[in-house]
Amino acid sequence: MSSTLSYPGPDTITRVVLANGITILVRENHTTPVVVLEGMLDVGAVDDPSGKTGLSSFTTAMLSRGSARYTYAHFNETIESVGASLYFSSESDAANVGITCLSEDFATLVDVMADALRNPTVPRPLFDIVRGQKLVRLQEREQDTSAMAALRFYETVYGGHVLGLPVSGYVESVRAITRDDVAAFHARHYGPQGAIFAVSGDIAPQAAVDLLANALGGWQATPPARNLPALPPLTQPTRLHVPMAGKVQSDILLGVQAVARNHADFYAVRVANTILGVFGMMGRLGEVVREQQGLAYYAYSSLDAGRDSGVWLAGAGVNPADMERAVESMLAEIDKIAQAPVTAEELADAQAYLTGVLPLTLETNDGLAATLLSMEWNALGLDFLARYPAIINAVTVDDVQRVAHTYLRPEALAIVTAGSKA
Amino acid sequence: MTPTPLHRTTLANGLQVLLRENHSAPVASFWIFYRVGSRNEAPGLTGISHWVEHMLFKGTELFPRGEFDKAVSRAGGSFNGMTSQDWTTYFETFPADRIELALQVESDRMANCLFDPAEAESERTVIISEREGSENSYAYLLSEEVQALAFYAHPYRHPIIGWKSDLHTMQRDDLYAHYGAWYTPNNAVAVAVGDFDTATMAAAIERYFAAIARGPEPAPMRIVEPEQLAERRVVLRGNDPTAYLTLAFRAPAATHADFFPLIVLDAVFSGAKGLGMAGGGGNARTNRLYKALVESRLAADAGSSYRPTIDPDLFSFFVTLAPEVEHTQIESVLWGEIRKMQQDGITQQELAQAIKQTRAQFAYSADSVTYQAYWLGFAEMVTGQAWLEEWPERLAAVTLDDVQRVAQHYFAPARQVVGWYVPDPDATDLLEDEGWDGDDGDDGDDENEDSAAMNEPAVGA
Repeated sequence: MSSTLSYPGPDTITRVVLANGITILVRENHTTPVVVLEGMLDVGAVDDPSGKTGLSSFTTAMLSRGSARYTYAHFNETIESVGASLYFSSESDAANVGITCLSEDFATLVDVMADALRNPTVPRPLFDIVRGQKLVRLQEREQDTSAMAALRFYETVYGGHVLGLPVSGYVESVRAITRDDVAAFHARHYGPQGAIFAVSGDIAPQAAVDLLANALGGWQATPPARNLPALPPLTQPTRLHVPMAGKVQSDILLGVQAVARNHADFYAVRVANTILGVFGMMGRLGEVVREQQGLAYYAYSSLDAGRDSGVWLAGAGVNPADMERAVESMLAEIDKIAQAPVTAEELADAQAYLTGVLPLTLETNDGLAATLLSMEWNALGLDFLARYPAIINAVTVDDVQRVAHTYLRPEALAIVTAGSKA
Repeated sequence: MTPTPLHRTTLANGLQVLLRENHSAPVASFWIFYRVGSRNEAPGLTGISHWVEHMLFKGTELFPRGEFDKAVSRAGGSFNGMTSQDWTTYFETFPADRIELALQVESDRMANCLFDPAEAESERTVIISEREGSENSYAYLLSEEVQALAFYAHPYRHPIIGWKSDLHTMQRDDLYAHYGAWYTPNNAVAVAVGDFDTATMAAAIERYFAAIARGPEPAPMRIVEPEQLAERRVVLRGNDPTAYLTLAFRAPAATHADFFPLIVLDAVFSGAKGLGMAGGGGNARTNRLYKALVESRLAADAGSSYRPTIDPDLFSFFVTLAPEVEHTQIESVLWGEIRKMQQDGITQQELAQAIKQTRAQFAYSADSVTYQAYWLGFAEMVTGQAWLEEWPERLAAVTLDDVQRVAQHYFAPARQVVGWYVPDPDATDLLEDEGWDGDDGDDGDDENEDSAAMNEPAVGA
């Protein structure tokens, strides 16, 4: 079984920075006649004005509903007649764009994408349709215990900071958004500076660079600098329950503010999180809450690290009658990893998993493009994949304990439950 | 890209083996499919295939509980198990030099699972919790009601995860008997795709699996659903404020000649889905339902669904109603679209687009050895390999007349099953006090921003 592991690196990734600040990354992959592009722009829900939470998300929804050279109908026909996918979405600190198409159609898709990003027309009738859809989705969110737990958890753990507000907004804020708000948000916040487009697939690197440079190289716009207030640290444990009638399962989310992606502690936290709620069948949390106690189908932990902040959380879905017991078990596991060192075997297992699974994440065009994008967005360097195993393997038992103790402090915990009372 | 040839062999104990080399990435995927699913379950034992699937993660002598998942993760692998109506499957995908571990664990648990009674009991509440996660959604509850109403005799009537009452009463010995009856080499197919040498892989599979004894031939499932003579309706009421509607019709098995015309029909109604199992998910706004229901602001979402199955299952429409819209109004628009299809058929352009979309979406998942192996095993369970090899030609051969004919043949008022979920603030909670104690984007743009939604045809581990 031949296995020469050569990760994409400086020799195999083409990287070009355009004069207007756009970065393009390309990795050739001729396995299938397909090209995948994933991109990020430096505009997100953190730019939503007060009272208009959800505006960035509304704006990305309108990007695909008409632009200067592609009316709504023309946009739809162009993409769907070739079975391609072109999406735009918003997250807290970025706007995302994605293309999946047969290689023969990539030039067309780039042209449509560029016009949508640069020149959306925000047609009023389509604005009204999208708002109607968004309001129904927000109504459905209010029926969903895991979505409601997530909504209140992020608001709470970020102490009401804009980083913790829901990307899709609230019923009242989405009702308050006007068509002109969307047009103005685009005009003010969209620009080339800091945007990244990562391409993987059946295309010559120079051809991909030329297409993107032709379509986006002339884009000039200078959004105002972002000025986020400092994150308020949680100084006392906060617990709240979202009462929801008629639900047979409750959802639990609890966690803390932790580290941004570029924080020196990030990799130690990643290893600690793998031990707590990922490795094997959801780590220690899965072992105790699912396997030993039989309380939940899912009980896990995860790490959500962005450019400015990060959250380390644990979640589970349980019968309302078991909710207190599950919360106590999860808190006990968090306390345990914060107070006592992990075993050398647990550390070695987590390191073997985190480094060993790399070839799987790099198998597909989706995985490759997402990895290149993340490397550039987080300024990790083109040699990151080659360095990654050594970084993970350098984490020690002491490191794990230090970060668990530092971040999983009881007074910093937000604990949110959503569901019916038992 | 032309795939390398499929290597096919059968061991002396009856285990079928399908191997395909693929050296495009240093990874390999190994799957075991068993010819058993909720289709093979008797009343009182619904959900047993899925529960047995969970038990295969609960330990053998060689890999006590927890050791299997740790060994796979330690080797940088991913793994899962899935139960469908027609089959149960387990897979591991690894860096190619570790793939032998998959053969070791799958051969071990084909024959040596312990089904420890305490573990079976602990898993009861895990599975009930899995079910309760779904029960929180009235859209899910409505789909269960419609499925149960659509079949009087055939086991497709019951949910893969099982009725909750059966999950409370089933016993460890039931599970163990199911395992003994269906988990035999002669009822299984092993599939490997990836960066390996075929002769080496074939020898390794022989080494791990040949010693497992052949079992009795599994009992055939002979139940045929009688023809539906009358329209069927169900109305579900609850407190949640978003209204849903489902309209479903019996539709043929994957191997039926009408399967591909119906796949085209499904794509024209609501966009192509890459044959409905893996892949799919392109933009879908030029389709008829989106125009008739979403752009008219009668619905927030409208779709249709038709999947390849062993026996006839359903062709379904599903609509999320906009506020203040009546279910009767949605039914009338859906029937208007159906009648238009029956009277006028579809256009040449719609046909061409449906074919191109389906082919493109299938291609999008083809760079993954995991999906390639899945499809090989799936075809072996449901359709035979010829179907998987020939579907692009068979899809391309669909004519406008075929599509109009199947629209006329399968959609009729007397053959419809209609389900309404009606928001009702005065509805009593159906599920909270049933007497069991507690021991046991828009169209793809933005919809996953705040929470992930899953709509899988199979129930995972």
